[in-house]
Order: sequence, then C-alpha cells, then structure tokens
Amino acid sequence: MIDALLPSALDLARFQFAFTVVWHFLFPAFTIGLASYLAVLEGLWLWTGKAVYLDTFRYWLKIFAVAFAMGVVSGIVMSYQFGTNWSVLSDKAGPVIGPLMGYEVLTAFFLEAGFLGVMLFGLDRVGKGLHMLATALVATGTFFSAFWILSANSWLHTPAGYTLLPDGRFVPEDWWAIIFNPSFPFRLAHTVTGAYLTTALIVGAVGAWHLLREHRGHRAVRDTGMESTPGARTGDVLSPDPISAPGSAAARRGTESSEAGPNPRARLMFSMAMWMLLIVAPIQAVLGDLHGGNTFEHQPAKLAAMEGHFHTERGAPAILFGLPDAEAGETRMQVAIPNLASLYLTHDWNGEVRGLRDIPRDQWPTNIPLVFWSFRTMVGLGFLMIGLGTLGGIMRLRGRLFDTPWLLRAAIAMGPAGLLAVTAGWIVTEAGRQPFTVYGHLRTADSASPIALPAVATSLAAFVVVYFVVFGAGIWYLFKLFSQTPRPQEGAPPQGQPIRSAGITPAPSVQRGPAASAAPAASAAPQPAE
Amino acid sequence: MDLPTDLSGWAFWLPLIWAVLIALAVFLYVCMDGFDLGIGILFPFMKEKAERDVAVNTVAPVWDGNETWLVLGGGGLLAVFPLAYAVVLPALYMPLILMLLALVFRGVAFEMRFRAENDTQQLWWDRAFSWGSMLAAFTQGIALGAFVQGIQVEGRAYAGGWWDWLSPFSVLTGLALMAGYALLGACWLLWKTEGPLHTRAATLAWRFALATVGAIALVSAIMPFLQPAFAARWLSFPNLLLAAPVPLLVAFLIWRFFHALAEDTGHGGMVDARPFLLALGLFALSYVGLGVSMWPMIVPPAFNIWQAAAPPASQGFLLVGAAVLIPIILAYTGYVYWLFRGKVTHESGYH
Repeated sequence: MIDALLPSALDLARFQFAFTVVWHFLFPAFTIGLASYLAVLEGLWLWTGKAVYLDTFRYWLKIFAVAFAMGVVSGIVMSYQFGTNWSVLSDKAGPVIGPLMGYEVLTAFFLEAGFLGVMLFGLDRVGKGLHMLATALVATGTFFSAFWILSANSWLHTPAGYTLLPDGRFVPEDWWAIIFNPSFPFRLAHTVTGAYLTTALIVGAVGAWHLLREHRGHRAVRDTGMESTPGARTGDVLSPDPISAPGSAAARRGTESSEAGPNPRARLMFSMAMWMLLIVAPIQAVLGDLHGGNTFEHQPAKLAAMEGHFHTERGAPAILFGLPDAEAGETRMQVAIPNLASLYLTHDWNGEVRGLRDIPRDQWPTNIPLVFWSFRTMVGLGFLMIGLGTLGGIMRLRGRLFDTPWLLRAAIAMGPAGLLAVTAGWIVTEAGRQPFTVYGHLRTADSASPIALPAVATSLAAFVVVYFVVFGAGIWYLFKLFSQTPRPQEGAPPQGQPIRSAGITPAPSVQRGPAASAAPAASAAPQPAE
Repeated sequence: MDLPTDLSGWAFWLPLIWAVLIALAVFLYVCMDGFDLGIGILFPFMKEKAERDVAVNTVAPVWDGNETWLVLGGGGLLAVFPLAYAVVLPALYMPLILMLLALVFRGVAFEMRFRAENDTQQLWWDRAFSWGSMLAAFTQGIALGAFVQGIQVEGRAYAGGWWDWLSPFSVLTGLALMAGYALLGACWLLWKTEGPLHTRAATLAWRFALATVGAIALVSAIMPFLQPAFAARWLSFPNLLLAAPVPLLVAFLIWRFFHALAEDTGHGGMVDARPFLLALGLFALSYVGLGVSMWPMIVPPAFNIWQAAAPPASQGFLLVGAAVLIPIILAYTGYVYWLFRGKVTHESGYH
C-alpha cells in the first residue's frame, strides 16, 4: 500500500509548523544575545570612552537591524498558524496560552513603537544617556519577548494553574502558576543562555574571519616579499566581494596604519566571544543538566527517549551512542558508561531511572531516534563550545589568542554551532513531547485543524519556496555585512533605506540632518567610494 | 440565535470591550495598510521610476507600523475569542496563507528595492512589491467575503471544505477591496505629492472612486440575501429606521468626495487631504454597515461574541496590558504621522 508511505495531513501540518518555526527562531536566537551584546558594548564605550567599543557597536548594530527585521517578518506567520493549522489546540488551550502570546505581541509591538528606532538611528540625535537607555530597553524587551513566548511553550509541556472543563477546554485559574509553570524557569534559562552562546559564536567567527584574513595578508607579504599595503593584499587574495575590493583598501590604509597590530575591533569581538564561551558554555552545561532533571521529573517518556532507555534500571548507564529501535523496544549496539545516567538524573549512583517499557506505548514519543540523535547533536555541540572556550583561554594565557590560525579557523567553523544547537535542542523538546500538544492531556492528533491534505501540501510547498527565496536573500545580505571589515569611525546604519526593524519610530526624524537628506539608495554608510 | 441572558458583570462587558478593541484593530489595519497596499496596486500606472520612488517614499516611514495592527488583530483573537480564531482561520485557510506570504514577500521587496544594485534588479523588486500588494489586497477581500457569507460549523469546529471560500461573492469582495485600497492609495498620493504625480493621482482617484462606489452598491445589494439574519436587520421595519442612516450617510460622503476631488488644486494644506479623509469615511461607514449586519455574531451564523469568548479571567488578564500599551502605541503612531506631514518630493528622498 503506497498510501501508508505517504505523509498524512497531520504529518504535513507538523512539518509546516516545524519548518516555519525553525526558520523563525534562527533570527531571535541570534538577536536576543546580540541586543545584550550591543548594550554591553555601548556601556563599555560610555564607561571607558574608547572608540573601539563604539565602532564595534556600530558594526553589529547594522547586522542587528537586518536580523531583527527577518525575525519580525517570520514571526507574523507564526501568530496565525495556531489558528490555520492547530485550531483545536487554539480552541481548547487558547484561554491559557492566548493571553501569554498576546503579551508577547504587545511587548514586541511596544519595542517597535519606540526604542528600536532610537537605538538604530538616534545616537547622534538624542544624546548618549538616552541612547544607552534605548539600547538597554531593546535588550530587556527582546528578553521579555522570549519570556512570554517560552512561558506559553513551557505551559504546553508542563501545564499548571488551570481547570480542565468537561468539554476538554483549559481555563485559567492562577496566572502566577500558569506563567511560572514547572518547566518554565529551566527552559527560559537554558534557551536564553543558548541564545547568548549563539551570538557569541557568530561574533567570534566574524572576528576570527577578519583576523585570519589579515593574518594571511601579512604572511603573503612575508612569503612573496611583495611590497604592498595589507588591505590591498587582503582584497586580492581572499576577498571576491566588491565591498572590500582593492580600491577600498587604499581608502582604509591611512587609518589602519596608525593602529598597532591586527584590527582592534576584530580582536575585541574575538576576545569577548572567547571569554563568553569560556565562562558561559560550562554554565550552559549545568543549566542543561537542571533542565534535564526537570524533564526527568515531569516528562519521563521524553527523557527516556533522549537517553535511549527502554528498560527501567537502577544504576542506569549513560548511552553515548546506539541505535534506538522502538519496534523492538531496545537500544542496539550501545556504547555506554555504566551508572552515569543514574548519577546525573537522580544524583545517586544506583538511582532508579524509568525506561520506556514501563510507560504506556501510546505515550511514547513518535520518533524516538530523532529525539535521541538531536539530543546527542546538541550535547556534542555544547562540548565543542566548551572545548573552544577552553582552548581560547589557554591561548590567551600564552598571549597567542589573536595570531593562532588553527584557533581562528576553529572559531570560524564553530560560527553556526549555536544555531545548530538551539535547533537540535528545540527538536529534542518538541519531538520529545509528542504525541501530545498539551502534555498528558491533549494529543497532537486531536489538535489539528480540519484541513484537507492537498491544502496543507500546497501551503507547505508555498512556504518552502517563499522562505528560501526571501530569507535566503536576507541571509545572503547578512553575510555581505559580515564580510565588511570592521573599521574605525564605523558608520551608522544606512540611512537611505527603510528597514522593518525601524518600526513606527520616526527614525528619519531623529536622523534628520545634512547626511540624511542627500543619502542615495546605494550609499550604505560603511561603503567606501568605488 | 438569542443573546445569552445569564450574562452579568464582567462576563457581559469583557467580550463587548474586546469585540470593540479587535474590531478597532482590524479597522485601523484596513485604513493604514490599505493606502500603502494601494500604492503597490497603483504601481503599474506609474511608468517612471522617479514617480514610483516618490510614491514609495510617502509611505516608507509608516508602512511597517501599519502592518503590526494585523498581528494584534490575529494574536488578540486567539487570546480573547479562541473559538472564533479556531473556526475562522481554518475556514479561510488558503486566502489567509496566501495573504501572509504576499505580505512577507511584499515587505521584503519594499526593503530590497532600495538596496537594488541595478535597474533590472529594481524592476523585479518593484514587480514583487506590486504583485504582493495586489495579492494581499485581493485575498483580504476574499477572506472578508467568505466570512460574511457564513462559515459552516459543526460542534466547535469548521466543517466545510478547503475551497468553500471561493464564490462569486467572495471574488467580488476581493476585487472591491482592491479597488478600495487603490482609491485610498490614490487619495494618499493626492495629499502627499505634487506636480505630475499629483495630477496622475487625481485621475486614478476618479477612476477607482467610481469602481469603489460601484462595488459598495453591488455588495450592499447582495448582502441582505446572504443570510436571513442580515435581511431581518436591514429590511424589516423597526430595524430599518436604525439602519437607514448608514446608506444615507454613504450617499452624502460620496457626493462630498467627488466635490472635493473636483475642487482639488494641488496647492497643499489640508484641502488636499480632504479626498483621503472622505475616502476613509467611506471605509468607516462600510465597516459600520458590516457591523450592523453582523452584530453580535463573531462567526456568522454560528457564534456570537459571548459564545466565542474566552473566560473573563483570560480576557481580563490581557486587558490590563492592552489598556496600558494600546493608548501609548496609538499616541506614538499619531505623532509619527504628524511628524511626516507635508508633501514628499523627489528631492526629499527617503525621510
């Protein structure tokens, strides 16, 4: 029967939600951390008065504007998809999760209404103190957006503070208990820390890329004995893009030659990113362990799938690798460390860990290998982050942080690791709570809209095409910004172009001035004349 | 269906307050995104790149704020009328998904046309902007028509098929909304521009005003026959007295509108704003007319606002935040429009 192999309308609806939410979350995962990073940079600038902080701030501000815009665009779709594709869930759980999501919308709205535009365009207009306040409020606001949406998400995992009506609807009883439901503090801490690491890895990779490019430029001089400016060689050797083409290097030469050593802004990025990894990546491991403990308590089936445990055991092993086989109820070809899982889950060498076989079969996650492997992907990437942070610390102690090519290359390779890890983590938690939407109460199969298969197939295909075109173009543009060398007197965001993240702020009014009136479309501020 | 009689206190007032707030959010959306979608719809009539640039610059500072009301309308509906959200959105699945994709595409095209590196690129982003605007307007009109026609419900769920939204009437409302948005766009340009673009906008405003008035007449004539409740509201005796002022006011506004258009000088000031404000008035009255037909149903013909409402605990909880933030957002929006008053010319660029 070929029918059995084809996906059902439910499968497609799930895939559509997964597809759109993964695309969406790539942007906030980056901007939540970036907003805080910008606040820190601006704070350091105000505190020390050093130009390098301001220049780095401005460099990342342009990137923030674009990434935030894509987060907003992809977010609009999410606020409708609960209704279009998950209408039964919306009807039944809407009275509880609806207001939480409503607060998320209002928070984001409020941000757009004011502070984001001031942050993007107002530095020369509103004064330093007020601008710092706007930056700090944007950072706080992105955190609160995450707060509300994760609260709603956590409630679906660990519902609390509600009454279940006879017709299956959830109605709120205690908002405090709903918002701070059992898994929320852990999920919030783990996710926001994940976002910080994501940002640190991207900032570190960009810094490393520019350091490496400069380093290679110097080596090319040494090897060939060519007499030329560093910038020009950089352009010749490595950079195919027009932005740092040789012509522009000449324009930069004057300022760069006055600075000692490699690009100080790239050094700052790389150094701060390595500090962040060194300190925060191990903290994240602890937070992850606590989150896992919470899952062990509230969603044992998910945890068993993550661990690949089918048998309830005392002194359960931590399975490093293996092939979980739901049919057979076994994890085959295990490579395991005895007793370790009991230790970190129960904090007892011989603690009892429940296996899937002691949980009714109809409550098992529907795709156990996916949960199992996504979990290993996330944890593996986490260990790589700890490793990179540690190596960074060692090289820093040896005074070789900025001129160790293999370290720079490793940091570049790890650039997307945070995005991959948050995506893998999201898959663990969401695939792991299957087959429920409201854990233990409402099944996914009973949550979907009564939409026929061809309709979902059509919309999914349309989303795939439009998202790849639109966000593909956006990401290409982000990479173009990444590849621009961070410079002294870094410009403000381009003023000749509207951007969604300016929101309804009168951005152009705060930028009204001699520079703004003449800005033609192509004159993105940092671009040198060509 | 009768109004529930056992409603008292918050259980009566909260759904009413929220129905007004959601209706207001949707209306603000229609007014504000209406004219900037209209600019996109009018793009094919603007052959010169310079004209398109000026037209886009008139909306550049405000277009995104306009769109956020749509999110508030959608997100708010889930929180306070989850049943309506759960029935209406699946019923309008295809038009809504197409609308979302069109808005995504159009939004990005809007930004990318400023970043285009050559004329060919810009031409394609212009097309994407224009086609996206047209599709968004058309699908919104279709969604409205399908919604008004009535949604088939069983229990607490949508019970129709995935093509139910397509009918001659919904296509008519789709085209009607395109014409209406084009009218708003033309009147906006009439107000905000001068010279040849102003003259062209005047011609377009005439044309699309005729189309809009024709569409209003046609839709109004069909409406009472869509659902028995509508006919009872509009055509039976005591109700007729209450409902009659709406079409009379519409006729009056149409007369004032063409009068204002004929007097148009292009010399600036609030005189130039009159056609735009009168066109908005026309939208407002049509919306009120729709409200008169629908009241108090939120999912015609199955559920009224009290039946679809979330419990008072949910509606009250969100109302606290809305009561604080919505006035601030409104004030801010007003401030932005005030800040960008006056004509936009080619020299003034984007600001």
